Amino acid sequence: MSKLPRLAVVKFASCDGCQLTLLDCEDELLALGEAVHIAHFAEASSQLEEGPYDIALVEGSITTPHDVERILLLRSISRVLITIGACATSGGIQALKNFADHQEFMKAVYARPEFIQTLSTSTPISQHVKVDFELRGCPVDKVQLLEVIQAYLRGVRPKTSSESVCQPCKRRGTVCVVVVQGIPCLGPITQSGCGSICPAFDRGCYGCFGPAAATNMTSLSDNVLLPNMSPTEAGKWLRSFNGYSPVFAEESVRLWPLTLSNKSHKEGGDTK
Amino acid sequence: MDDTSPKRKIHVPILTRVEGEGALNIVLGRDSIQRVELNIYEPPRFFEAFLQGRNHNEVADITARICGICPIAYQMTAIQAMESAWGIQISESIYRLRRLMYFAEWIESHGLHIHLLHAPDFFGCASGLELAKKEPVAVQRGLKLKKIGNQVLELLGGRAIHPISLAVGGFFRLPRREELLQLVPQFEWGLEASIAMVRWIGGFAFPEFHSPTTYVALQCPQEYAIMKGVIASSDGATVDVGKYEQCFYEEHVEHSTALHAHRVGNPLPYQVGPMARVHLSFDQLSPTVRELAEEIGWTLPSFNPYHSIIARGLELVQAFQEGLDILKSFEPKVQARVAYETSEASGCSATEAPRGLIYHRYDLDQSGHVSRAKIVPPTSQNQRQIERDLVKILPSLLSETDENIARRCETVIRNYDPCISCATHFLKVRRTKGVE
Repeated sequence: MSKLPRLAVVKFASCDGCQLTLLDCEDELLALGEAVHIAHFAEASSQLEEGPYDIALVEGSITTPHDVERILLLRSISRVLITIGACATSGGIQALKNFADHQEFMKAVYARPEFIQTLSTSTPISQHVKVDFELRGCPVDKVQLLEVIQAYLRGVRPKTSSESVCQPCKRRGTVCVVVVQGIPCLGPITQSGCGSICPAFDRGCYGCFGPAAATNMTSLSDNVLLPNMSPTEAGKWLRSFNGYSPVFAEESVRLWPLTLSNKSHKEGGDTK
Repeated sequence: MDDTSPKRKIHVPILTRVEGEGALNIVLGRDSIQRVELNIYEPPRFFEAFLQGRNHNEVADITARICGICPIAYQMTAIQAMESAWGIQISESIYRLRRLMYFAEWIESHGLHIHLLHAPDFFGCASGLELAKKEPVAVQRGLKLKKIGNQVLELLGGRAIHPISLAVGGFFRLPRREELLQLVPQFEWGLEASIAMVRWIGGFAFPEFHSPTTYVALQCPQEYAIMKGVIASSDGATVDVGKYEQCFYEEHVEHSTALHAHRVGNPLPYQVGPMARVHLSFDQLSPTVRELAEEIGWTLPSFNPYHSIIARGLELVQAFQEGLDILKSFEPKVQARVAYETSEASGCSATEAPRGLIYHRYDLDQSGHVSRAKIVPPTSQNQRQIERDLVKILPSLLSETDENIARRCETVIRNYDPCISCATHFLKVRRTKGVE
């Protein structure tokens, strides 16, 4: 039996992109296979071993009664549990249904809703079990993912930044899209880690790494969003891949109040 | 069905080396196949529903999140559908750059499937990492090939997964010519390496298995079709993309959260993906690729689904060869994005995702918001064909142990590179079971 730390990669509701990030570590993958024992990684290996695991990487959000049972079990057999990506950390894009009437969503997609078993919500892992570390991003960044795995293998806290997208954006030398082009940008309130890529491509940040450690949401709305878009549009924009993270959700509801059922999702025609 | 006959139930709770979450249920009688179900239990995520009311500018970013392995397929199809709705014409240069980006996704996705997911089956290995111990040269070459696809996506799209550069009307930003030229040596290497890879694949021992099907893929006289053309079938039928919904429909079955696709008036399943493309567009492949197919002794038509790894391999060579041309010839003197007006309109598009035909349609309102969306991913179209292959192969396996049957059936499923995250999102269905 191998003495290497046992790694598990487990998926809930998600697009697979975050665990794919691990397989995208082309230069490091074979070395990783030497440094850990991959005990359970269904996308990569047919050899599925039962726990316990030393490190469990969890992708995806909790959306079914079965998911709730699975995550409780996984926590009980994992020494360290790390969530990877926006779905696992904040409920993901599918958490939009938390703002709407779930039954209406089901009917829009499936002709026979009685066949489908889902909870009415999509929730982050941390609402169900203790999480040792949350790695942000939709998708997570490859370098950060490797840093987190290595840090836990060494038993130290990972060094990932909690500054906003603006700082690396400035260091990258990108001319500010808000100041110069009047493009709305969520950079000031979004955590860095992506490389501040959107402004470098002449577009505004859309918040895929979730809220930064320190945010001034109302100031962002008043000074960056509302001069360029209606409150409804601004509220809707905050409700995306990390829309259910409390900081984004609260401001989005302030700008675009919830109404009965998902009627509000259809009121979109007021862009300035 | 004789209810008193002894039954064997084989349950594979987690399909491995596929994208997303599925299971397999088989019920066997003494000498009969009683039930075969590819059970997709990946929870649904309701994309069509929450696209309603969103600004058209968000659609590419949102639909990308249906699948982390083929986000370009979603982004490109969505953008082309909206461009079609509003009659937006993009320049040939922009079209070619988009084609390069799509090829990059094929390189990344096929590279992953060939080396880490599929090839292990031909060597009795549980994973690509295990295969790397037996076939270190091939796996290391494969990882390097796959990485080149990701490098293109990083350059053109900012990052490999959920890139951020595609826009309605073009790109948010174009690469500089020297940035593209920096990738030329990698593509020159990639072309040679992918040819060597196909020769390696050509030496595999392929199981004898014959499962006739109808292949369906885009077809275009001028090029190996990815982003334009008509929807062609190997039975000779062709339909315009705009008529897709009149010719294909989906139904909801109890054992799957993914819908099953059908052809109107034809009860038999059909197949999309690399096998379908190679069969329907063989003449549009480059001479290098066609000669390579001949060299390894692969003759068409082939209805052996295990040959899909050859088809993916040939497409990888095509991607490197054509990609190299685009890299060398692109002149970024064009406008990154053309201006357009929104209006109440409806538009659709079909493209060739790595796993096969993908179809999107959007109804848009005056202000450019989505009033209705429909998305048909490749895997919901292939599900029935996968189940059919399983029914076909099982009689030859009845004397095997349950474990061996399960293992062989998984290899059948893997031939299709199913993308289960993709398969579980959809649309309002037009018919349900039992309603004709």
